[in-house]
Amino acid sequence: MHISGWPMTEFLFFIEVVVAGLLAGTMYSLVALGFVLIYKASSTFNFAQGAMVFFAVLSFVGFMELGLPFVLAFFVTILLMALLGFATERLVLKPLMNQSEDTLLMATIGLGFVLEGLAQAVWGVEVRRLDLGIGDFPIQWIIDSTGLFISALDLTAGLVAAVLIIGLALIFKYTKMGLGLRAVADDPGAASSIGIPLGNIMLLVWTAAGIVALVAGMMWGARAGVQFALVDLALKALPVLIIGGFSSIPGAIVGGLIIGASEKVLEVYVGPYFGGAIEGWAPFVIAIFFLLWRPEGLFGEKIIRRV
Amino acid sequence: MKPSTVFMSYTRNDLTNFVILMGLGFAVVPFVVQTDYWYSSILIPWLCLSLAAVGQQIVMGYAGQLALGAAGFMAAGAFALFNLELRLPFMPFPFNLMISGLIAAFFGIIFGLPSLRVRGIYLMVATLAAQFFIIWMIDKFGWFKNYDTSGIITAQDIVIFGREFTSPFEMYLVVLVTVTVLTVLAINMTRGSTGRNWMAVRDMDIAAESMGISLLRTKLQAFAISAFFCGVAGALFAFTYLKSMEPVAFDIKLSFRILFMVILGGLGTINGAFIGAAFILLFPVVLNTLGNGVFHGMIDATIISSIELVVFGVLIIVFMIYEPLGMAKLWDSIKAKLAPQSTLEQAQEKQQRL
Repeated sequence: MHISGWPMTEFLFFIEVVVAGLLAGTMYSLVALGFVLIYKASSTFNFAQGAMVFFAVLSFVGFMELGLPFVLAFFVTILLMALLGFATERLVLKPLMNQSEDTLLMATIGLGFVLEGLAQAVWGVEVRRLDLGIGDFPIQWIIDSTGLFISALDLTAGLVAAVLIIGLALIFKYTKMGLGLRAVADDPGAASSIGIPLGNIMLLVWTAAGIVALVAGMMWGARAGVQFALVDLALKALPVLIIGGFSSIPGAIVGGLIIGASEKVLEVYVGPYFGGAIEGWAPFVIAIFFLLWRPEGLFGEKIIRRV
Repeated sequence: MKPSTVFMSYTRNDLTNFVILMGLGFAVVPFVVQTDYWYSSILIPWLCLSLAAVGQQIVMGYAGQLALGAAGFMAAGAFALFNLELRLPFMPFPFNLMISGLIAAFFGIIFGLPSLRVRGIYLMVATLAAQFFIIWMIDKFGWFKNYDTSGIITAQDIVIFGREFTSPFEMYLVVLVTVTVLTVLAINMTRGSTGRNWMAVRDMDIAAESMGISLLRTKLQAFAISAFFCGVAGALFAFTYLKSMEPVAFDIKLSFRILFMVILGGLGTINGAFIGAAFILLFPVVLNTLGNGVFHGMIDATIISSIELVVFGVLIIVFMIYEPLGMAKLWDSIKAKLAPQSTLEQAQEKQQRL
């Protein structure tokens, strides 16, 4: 069987590449999701999100090494992230209220370095293995039924991302906290004047971002080991955000999928002509072209600036 | 970075401080400093990184464009000089150095193009593309490394008009002269109409545009000149400090370090670039000495470098909160507090505060 002159195996391979890219893309989405949460609530671009991913998963592995069982370590880490969110809100964001976006961005770059340094100072610098009990190898029944090689880890990451996003969407839509959060996102001044506790909302958002960071870190860590390189990987969430828009949760997902798929397709089909490893910069170049076409991203709000 | 803080008064300070500094560099240092360690491990990298920080300062502190690709442009400059020296050995070194700066400037223009449409974090992502792309290009195309497979490419000796500059002191002189010339140029640019245009764009680009300043011209000019400075700095960094050509040395970490130099040193002052570079370069040295001297190696080196990250991060947050204009402003404030003020100055200060 041929599809427009393309042999079936080639076509299957193409599908495989795309699917693997899409699933890997959900991992970017997970990182991007944390950015979006904080950006929505406080219009702060949290450059430290990548460092939070590293910090969270390194702490999680560290707690496990101390002998805590999996579930307990998970919750202790979430508690730690909540604490971190609290400290950030009090020590960094509050004093910088009403400052320009660029100032806040630079402060969060500083925060990122603090987190990276702290995590390494406490837990050490060696690469840790993280075994979630999910192998990074193709699932047999999918091979049997469709002939596609799809990694179990990729599939899990996709499912986890889906669950997280649906959960977050439900919380935002149907809980009082979520309503408050949307109010704060819309107009912090008005929200606080009608009695919405800004501080609590921020704490909630940073905790949620912390949980997302931990989950993203666990997925990445299971694949590539828990190591400092995670911080650089998280940088790839930036093009995802540019494509999806900074304030849109669906945007983070779609952006992640686009980046993941196009990166893999480019790497497999275009990469060989350039000596490979174009994955490192391809997302950024895609993002640049996207910026030229639609600077606010696919789902972002149009930015209107006035003198 | 409040719009009300205009940095014009700083340029005079920049000039005086710079004259004093260079006086020290040319007249005092050669007679006082005799050890090679100081030249090759402190003074040369400091001057090189200061020059790169001046480049970052131009694009970020003066033109207000958040760029994060300084190390990429440095790599472009370094490998450009390597190839020029390799393929055009008959050309004089200063000429090649200038050309390599121009090549970096070319990349600066290309990767500065997105700045016409985006700002802030968006621009940062676009400039990150420069960082990753340039390093990848050098890594992947053997031509740039002259098909060297050993992994260690030694930089050529610096020969200026038949005279070799190979000892640390001679290299220091080469770097010092280059940095002096370029910094004087930078100070002049920031004092003149070029710099005023940059600052107008930084403080409010829409207003600047409606006053007839071409955003296209101004922003791309800032990117090109910034990349030129970074390129020359990178070339000097590779030829006099690293003494070898390795793309890894110009990774994203270096870009961040240069960004920190500018933020901590003080945005919008040339002084700030030099102060920031000195701080970022010397602080780890001090921390290591402390670690070895006080705790006698009880603390692991990796922990010390982690603490370094924490301190840099905390400092950035603290400066953003309490002194967004960085150490240069801090220094000025201290000086102003100590110096006796004339009534005129007091009146001026009062007026500024209103």
